[in-house]
Amino acid sequence: MMIEIPSHVLQWSDWLDLFLHQLLFSLMSVGGVVSTLPEMHRYLVDQQHWLSDAQFNASIAVAQAAPGPNILFVALIGWNIGMNAGGLSIALLGVLISMVGILLPSSTLAYLMARWGHRNRELRSIRAFKQGMSPIVVALLISTGWILASAQGEFARAWPLWLATAVTALILWRWKVHLLWLLAAGAILGGLGWI
Amino acid sequence: MEQLPPSQPRSLADLFFTFTVLALQGFGGVMAVVERELVEKKRWMSKEEFIEEWAVAQVMPGPNVVNLSLMIGGRYFGLPGAIAASAGLLLCPLVLVLLLGYGYARYGSHPTVINVLRGMGAVAAGLIIATGLKLASALKRNALGIPVATVLGLACFIGIALLRWPLMYVMFGLGAIGCFVAYRRLKP
Repeated sequence: MMIEIPSHVLQWSDWLDLFLHQLLFSLMSVGGVVSTLPEMHRYLVDQQHWLSDAQFNASIAVAQAAPGPNILFVALIGWNIGMNAGGLSIALLGVLISMVGILLPSSTLAYLMARWGHRNRELRSIRAFKQGMSPIVVALLISTGWILASAQGEFARAWPLWLATAVTALILWRWKVHLLWLLAAGAILGGLGWI
Repeated sequence: MEQLPPSQPRSLADLFFTFTVLALQGFGGVMAVVERELVEKKRWMSKEEFIEEWAVAQVMPGPNVVNLSLMIGGRYFGLPGAIAASAGLLLCPLVLVLLLGYGYARYGSHPTVINVLRGMGAVAAGLIIATGLKLASALKRNALGIPVATVLGLACFIGIALLRWPLMYVMFGLGAIGCFVAYRRLKP
């Protein structure tokens, strides 16, 4: 598994370069940071060789499987870059630089925008924006679930997984069940090899 | 249904811990849990308010859930509230994900681990779909009216989920139509 891990000594100029790129990715990440993945991969893996393809993909997989926002894959990427460059304390530096870089610009913008929007919430244009975007936002959520489900594979082969997705959606839509019970059920059924 | 009085966060600590608790339940994405905790359990906002806030969070750059936490925290307690909510959302999960990343490097290729993750992934997809279906009921009161809202929603689903068109085009293309129609129908 762990073949071909890149090893570099990162200079301060490299860390600055990483930070500046994360700031840029942050501003590009309309619709979620997932939309910047191809560019991030090109820069970190292909151009700088700071982490391997496998490490990049594992960072995304772990962040998706773990509780918490998926944006934490950026923390894992920073962690891997740091570990490749020397060890624990450098890895923590990598986490810090990556996370502050990816969050600072977008968060500042979102906060200012939200305050402005809230102050002017009675304006016809603001109300029209929120009302007009609402069906699209809801459809995007359902689409996200659909895309995650279809990543499971062809229906003919992976139908038990599709069934699990459909049953979960139905249960949660109609009844009040704690989310963690459903996740635990999925974990058990998966672990037993039934789905 | 759902006529219990609205509520709001009591303090910065309340914000921080509420978001920590919901983040730690959010496997495969936090949005389903945010709706569950903040709208259904804590009643800090209605379904309609949730969708509206989220429309803003979605079109801004950055992770949607982080944006949403900043906006909700900021609404009640200004900048400190925004920081408390987003820190709650990120801090504990950050530590956890680093530990799991370490474990994954060692055990990630174990077949049982892969199977368990696959099972949880199937459920997580269902959670997100269910959240969307629940929120769809709030569109009945949308200024667009049910027919227009339905057509826009279906078009968005077809474009994104089935045809896999780029998000930016679909979101801003259909969004422009939605905003235009809503503007016409709202009284000045």
